[in-house]
Amino acid sequence: MIKSNYNTRKRKFIDFTVKILSSLAAFIGIFFLLWILFTVFQRGFHALNTDFFTKLPTPPGLGGGGVINAITGTTIITLMATVIGVPIGVMTGVYLSEYGNKSKFGSIVRFTINLTIGVPSIVVGLFVYALIVIPTGSFSAWAGAIAQAIIMLPVVARTSEDMLNLVPNELREAALAIGMPKWLTILKIVFKSSKSGIITGVLLAVARVSGETAPLLFTVMNSQFWMKSLNEPIANLTVTIYNYAMSPFDDWRQIAWGASFLITMVVLLLNIIARIIVRETK
Amino acid sequence: MQVEQVKKLTRQMKIEKVFHGLTILCSSLVLVIMLLMFFQLIYNSRLSIQEFGINFIFSSTWNPATHEYGALASIYGTVISTLIALIIAVPMGIIIALFLVEISHPFLSKVVGNAIELLAAIPSIIYGMWGLFVFSPFLADYIQPFLIDHLGDKPLIGRLFQGAPMGIGMLSAGLILALMILPFITAVTRDVFRMVPSVIKESSYGMGSTTWEVTRKITIPYGIKGVVGACFIGLGRALGETMAVTFVIGNSNIISPSLMDPAASIASTLANEFGEASEPIYLHSLMQLGLILLIMTFIIQLLAQLWVGRIKKSMGAGL
Repeated sequence: MIKSNYNTRKRKFIDFTVKILSSLAAFIGIFFLLWILFTVFQRGFHALNTDFFTKLPTPPGLGGGGVINAITGTTIITLMATVIGVPIGVMTGVYLSEYGNKSKFGSIVRFTINLTIGVPSIVVGLFVYALIVIPTGSFSAWAGAIAQAIIMLPVVARTSEDMLNLVPNELREAALAIGMPKWLTILKIVFKSSKSGIITGVLLAVARVSGETAPLLFTVMNSQFWMKSLNEPIANLTVTIYNYAMSPFDDWRQIAWGASFLITMVVLLLNIIARIIVRETK
Repeated sequence: MQVEQVKKLTRQMKIEKVFHGLTILCSSLVLVIMLLMFFQLIYNSRLSIQEFGINFIFSSTWNPATHEYGALASIYGTVISTLIALIIAVPMGIIIALFLVEISHPFLSKVVGNAIELLAAIPSIIYGMWGLFVFSPFLADYIQPFLIDHLGDKPLIGRLFQGAPMGIGMLSAGLILALMILPFITAVTRDVFRMVPSVIKESSYGMGSTTWEVTRKITIPYGIKGVVGACFIGLGRALGETMAVTFVIGNSNIISPSLMDPAASIASTLANEFGEASEPIYLHSLMQLGLILLIMTFIIQLLAQLWVGRIKKSMGAGL
């Protein structure tokens, strides 16, 4: 009797210890992550002013200056990547869900997509450097957009397939039964009922690439000036952060924090919007 | 009238064919990209493959001045920093998931869970900035002197903790990587733990088990395969992570036993030196580094896919 009492106390003590430890771990995890956010907000917000959003970069030491060219550049590259990557990704999702669901080719594609998602973004950058920058002889916005599109493609394809699979088969059958061709069924019925899911996937993919730095280092590089064409290196926020943060100049580092703040806000905002869309459709 | 309908039907069948063909074309593109990626990286590292052969992997000399290149120091840095990250992030991710699923109030679990998922989305360059300007100085001022004083003279592990407290270096890179993959491992592990049928857990509670006993004997054995899958994917991410590591690892192509010393990973060497690579042999050596990284992550992903594919039926989605 006494022994079992002791055992119960010991068991409860171990249980209590584990609960404390795990709460502590959760607290430590959250603490560090909040610390990062706090730093970005504190130092970044400080660096934002009208010049930051309206002026071109200045040489170090002069102060002032902004990154309007980099903001424009990142927007353009991300838009181009979306225009290239999303349609291909969605069509791949359509094939996997609607045509080749159980086919051998379909399972090979699905497997490759999962492998491609795991390829480090810097390797994608090297690949596009070899594929486009070497043959054309110059870094360019196009090369950067293609690298980002390659990163988006598998992500969009996978989420599209998952979302299309959620559409009940009765809908497709009903449409086909009244004589609708399959492509029209997909465009008018299947897409319509999985619209919000696909949009969410696209938003998350855009959020992911807009913060990517590594694939741009070897493809668009960076520039201090306004872009003249898409066939030359253009300014972009993430490489600017990298270059400025690594520089020994305080005013450049300030700008880097400001740009970090901007990118973080955009990425978090896109993620939150995606979440709201998911919740509303549920 | 009938003729018109037949015309309409044939037109629609044509469109159907085009549409179907288009989806196949897009799907094939994924395969083409993967194949081209290997081809391009091999083709563009041909000079270095010819020059150094298999020794490239086993030589730790990396000297652009004399054009002698070996990948060992970078591979070492990649593997060790990833190991540090996994040793810290995996147990921590599992117990945080435990907190979220079994211990905390459902509301708190939802808030913390959402916060962790959002933090997984923060770009790696932000982790790098924070690591360089905030965390490394903190490490150098408070943590590293403590480690050097208390562990530096111990036998066996002492060698890991000798040197000067500089902040940036292998330890810093490993810790930042741990922080980066922590949200990911936590989120997946939490989803896996949630898949455990509550009937089994409730029967265990009903017999008088404590929360820890239910976790140890029911939840973890039930979800262990899913957790291993999460670790695989976390490992794949950590191996190829570039920006966060480049900022804090110190970028020195020297193998040092101490975790306090600067080191280099494959990704950090690429990010750092690619702009300076004017000689073809230099460029090709860097390309070959990229090829090695691609093969490493490819193998990890392959194992992860096979593993996840095998267990997916029992664990459901989320992986």
